[in-house]
Amino acid sequence: MTALLRVNGLRIEGRRNTRAPYSEIVRGVSLQVDRGEVLALIGESGAGKSTIALASMGYAKPGCRFSGGEVMFDDLSVLDLSLEQKRAIRGVRISYVAQSAAASFNASLRLDDQITEVSLAHGFGTRAEAEERMVDLARRMQLPDPEHIVRKYPHQVSGGQLQRLMAVMAMNARPDLLVLDEPTTALDVTTQVEVLAAFKDTIRDSGAAAIYVTHDLAVVAQVADRIHVLLGGETVEEGTVEEILHNPQEPYTKRLMAAVRPPPKHCSGGAVAGNGAASDLVIDVRGVDAGYGKKIDGSPAVKILHDISIEIPRGSVVGVIGESGSGKSTLARVISGLLPPSAGEIRLDGEALPGDVKSRSRDQLRRIQIVMQMPDVAFNPLKTVGEALERPLEFYLQMDAERRRTRVAELLRMVELPPEFATRRPQALSGGQKQRVNLARALAAEPEVILCDEVTSALDTVVGAQIIDLLKKLQTETGVTFVFISHDLSTIASFADKVVVMYGGEVMEQGPTEEILTPPHHDYTQLLLNSVPEMRVGWLEEVRNA
Amino acid sequence: MLGMLILRRIALGLATLFIVSLIVFAGTEVLPGDVAAAVLGQGATPETLAAYRAEMNLDRPAYERYAEWFFGLFTGDLGNSLATQRPVADIIAPRLPKTLMLGGFAALFAVPLAVGLGLYAAMRPGSWFDRSLTTGSIAVVSAPEFLVATLLVLAFAVELRWLPAIARISTDAGFWEIVVALTMPVLTLTAAVLAPMMRMTRSAILNVLSQPSIEMAILKGVPRRTIILKHALPNAIAPIINVIAVNLAYIIGGVLVVETIFSYSGVAKLMVDGVASRDIPVVQACAMFFCAIYILFNLMADVVSILANPRLRHAK
Amino acid sequence: MTDTSLPAPPPKWQLPDLGLLGWMSVAILVFWTFVALFAPWLAPYEESTILTNQSFAPGEDGNQMLLGSDYLGRDVFSRLIYGARLTLGLALAATLLAFVFGVTLGFVAGILGGRTDDVMSRINDAFVSFPSIMLALILVSAFGSSLWLLVLTIGFIEATRVYRIARSLAQNIMVMDFVEVSRARGESLWWILKNDVMPNAFIPLSTDFGLRFTYSILLLSSLSFLGLGVQPPFSDWGSMVKENMAAMNYVLFYGIQVAAAPILPAVCIFSVTLANNLLVDWNLSRSQKDISGELID
Repeated sequence: MTALLRVNGLRIEGRRNTRAPYSEIVRGVSLQVDRGEVLALIGESGAGKSTIALASMGYAKPGCRFSGGEVMFDDLSVLDLSLEQKRAIRGVRISYVAQSAAASFNASLRLDDQITEVSLAHGFGTRAEAEERMVDLARRMQLPDPEHIVRKYPHQVSGGQLQRLMAVMAMNARPDLLVLDEPTTALDVTTQVEVLAAFKDTIRDSGAAAIYVTHDLAVVAQVADRIHVLLGGETVEEGTVEEILHNPQEPYTKRLMAAVRPPPKHCSGGAVAGNGAASDLVIDVRGVDAGYGKKIDGSPAVKILHDISIEIPRGSVVGVIGESGSGKSTLARVISGLLPPSAGEIRLDGEALPGDVKSRSRDQLRRIQIVMQMPDVAFNPLKTVGEALERPLEFYLQMDAERRRTRVAELLRMVELPPEFATRRPQALSGGQKQRVNLARALAAEPEVILCDEVTSALDTVVGAQIIDLLKKLQTETGVTFVFISHDLSTIASFADKVVVMYGGEVMEQGPTEEILTPPHHDYTQLLLNSVPEMRVGWLEEVRNA
Repeated sequence: MLGMLILRRIALGLATLFIVSLIVFAGTEVLPGDVAAAVLGQGATPETLAAYRAEMNLDRPAYERYAEWFFGLFTGDLGNSLATQRPVADIIAPRLPKTLMLGGFAALFAVPLAVGLGLYAAMRPGSWFDRSLTTGSIAVVSAPEFLVATLLVLAFAVELRWLPAIARISTDAGFWEIVVALTMPVLTLTAAVLAPMMRMTRSAILNVLSQPSIEMAILKGVPRRTIILKHALPNAIAPIINVIAVNLAYIIGGVLVVETIFSYSGVAKLMVDGVASRDIPVVQACAMFFCAIYILFNLMADVVSILANPRLRHAK
Repeated sequence: MTDTSLPAPPPKWQLPDLGLLGWMSVAILVFWTFVALFAPWLAPYEESTILTNQSFAPGEDGNQMLLGSDYLGRDVFSRLIYGARLTLGLALAATLLAFVFGVTLGFVAGILGGRTDDVMSRINDAFVSFPSIMLALILVSAFGSSLWLLVLTIGFIEATRVYRIARSLAQNIMVMDFVEVSRARGESLWWILKNDVMPNAFIPLSTDFGLRFTYSILLLSSLSFLGLGVQPPFSDWGSMVKENMAAMNYVLFYGIQVAAAPILPAVCIFSVTLANNLLVDWNLSRSQKDISGELID
């Protein structure tokens, strides 16, 4: 088989803004894609994977420039082509599917105009022919009512549909190579499966080759033939899917594999009943309604939570799972008092807790701490780590300066960071380090409950896994209760004692983890379980045939 | 839904105009305490003051006078000038077209030039052209209008003697006469409004060009011309219109200075003289004229933005 | 396996790389500050001393006037020096006033939100819907234009603009996660204002201060030029332009240097506003993002 695309010793430099200096972000990467083959580029943020994928089209992102190496597509040296020559192959011979279809479609133009434009801009047949291919592919992508959905504007169709329409656009001129840049990452798990399957079929049917960029190994296992692992702009290793998944050679790849949690179905086994008797509840949420906007007859204009009742046993880990819009983060805000409920009540250690932060006593506040999702914005950028950690010590525990300093060092040790971190500003820390400090700040209050709102979702897989390990360790050491909110069922299943499944602002079901994961399942739980991709070849087909 | 939004925006514009009229009236009538004393000077006896107040209706409660004045705005009854005793409407009427012509010419000249230059610079960010235009525009925007005007007068009226230093347009002026009289005033106004308008246009276009949908169009292999005209421009219309409306404030500010320097007998000159002599009815009428124009243009800009928004135009 | 490598400490403060234009701007501002502060020691004559009965006498060795005389026979050079004091002093006072009130009220509205914010912002919107010079004329015609009334008028007008920026800054900061954390901890609004909002709003507000100062100078100068600002016996640069405009008629007889009387004060204004604007622009353009090179030709 002849190589369709060959990349040799590719180097790319980038800069943050027009005044910043250039630095190398891709450092001599070589790879090859054969006809009809799907190569996955995987790596964590900053690995340079989408930058490399775009280089195959001769395109450097704004602020980036090529500084070495070559890209051969067929017999064309892509980097040496003129703009006009590059234009001539883009869209028709190599085409691109972006991560966010919502941002990548032009809001002012109708979808069909944008889809057929690929062919028409290159004189690839008539408009009627392009339209025919569009509708045909839309049908094969299982889009509802294909003739009509393409006549709409981007904001008029759903996210999952839009992502599929982006693939319809990319395929319109029958390209030889498809570049897919995290095409399902922005979607909810339950939507992701359908879209993934549609992509896989389309690639197979068209016989096109593809570069599939992703950070998700389970996704790769479904669609790719070969895997190319990247780290910091350099190649770690490359091999077939089987080789990389089952026999990784490099330590980094091994770590990457280890960080992937086994899918929840396989968790069943000797059931350990949730520790702590059911009667000993730290927090008892009873019939809570909450939402935003003006209140009309005591009920908010936009109601997010409907009649939520959740029991949180002392010393346990309670996992709250749901997709975007399920109200799980709102729940955390309600418990923490940031958003007072419009109905129902919350009990802390059996006593009714005022709904609003302002009406809670300082001791009540101390007993519940919240850790937010985005480590980058969780800290006042103008204060040092030490100052951030000292404040709760001063505020809740009235420690003097001396004791605060000792305690900060202890807290940092608890989250496995050296005490020198106290003098650093948070923005100098890596994402994982910030999230550790974030936990330390919650621990500083010596709370009974820590609410963790998607604390790993902004982190890379390996780092996220380390944070989960840390949470487990802290739970054993301190006996603090964790409410762990996440969209990732595998993570929750791996360490929660109890699971709460939320959908559309309501609790679908809740119970000990074993019970939830053992059939018979609630319908929605079943859907969630089926949607978590497994890191093995053939899973996607099994799910679809089931 | 679209119609409702536009109607609501128009209602808001009318409400703003109403509030502005309240402020204009309050600012010029209620607060100064004793208009009569201000007009008649220190030599006035209590009797003449009282007689004057009665004549000018100043002895009636403020809200009554406001209501009368407010409805007068619509019927054209703007009261009498304190200085000349002539009806304000008669004084303003012949001046209106002059000011509108001056501002109109300046806008006709400056807007296409500013938008064109801004567009051209935005397409070449960091280039020699872009950098000199950016730095140059900072210089122009920093110069007070009267510096520009004085230098123009010095060059074209005093030294070269090509143009008159005073812009006078007779009632039966021909086209050429108008052009000669208005060249320097229009140039001064253009200088005042060109730089900010150009800079804002540039950044509005740059903002559109850095959106992912434009990157997608590049990666689809769409020709550059089509990218600009079909993909970028529709999304840039609303921000550009907004830029133009915002910058009208500079034209209004500039007109005050320009009409004064060139002794151009428009509404702005009338207002400046009115403020100096505390001729309250004149100031009120002129202020309402300028504010109404300003609010009207902002209203139009918002309506265009609503119309240009595909999310609103094509409801789900 | 935890990444515990200690990140670099925050860099020490160093001189910013302003470039040639930037440093020249700083030099100009320092120069005018010096002139304004030490005007009585720098000026050869009192600002109101009439030295000759000739209007627009050229500056020759005989009359000891570097830049000649103005329409009343006063020394233009000395009056420029005193004009710096009045122009910059009044504009600075007005800008400070605008910031004290604009920022305080803007923060209050942005932090409290709800009904308070609605009412305050609607009232402010009414004033913002005037072009600023129009508002200035209305206020001047109502109150007159003594020096402190001018400061109040310009300060008030700019405050309505500062309010908007301060309010939106406060609103943006208030919804940041770190403020949510502070609120969840139970911190008082005052503590949040002092520790979270104010320090983080400082840098954007300082850029805006530069802009407002420029606008204040231009607004004051325009008012003075229209004869509605600083009144005799005081004079700022704007009123010097106005009172000496007649010099344009003398250019034919005495030569171009006569035009110095009206033009130099305008050039002085220009030098300050230009220096200010260049620094503001440098500050704003520091983090400009690249756009795709393929759109550039």
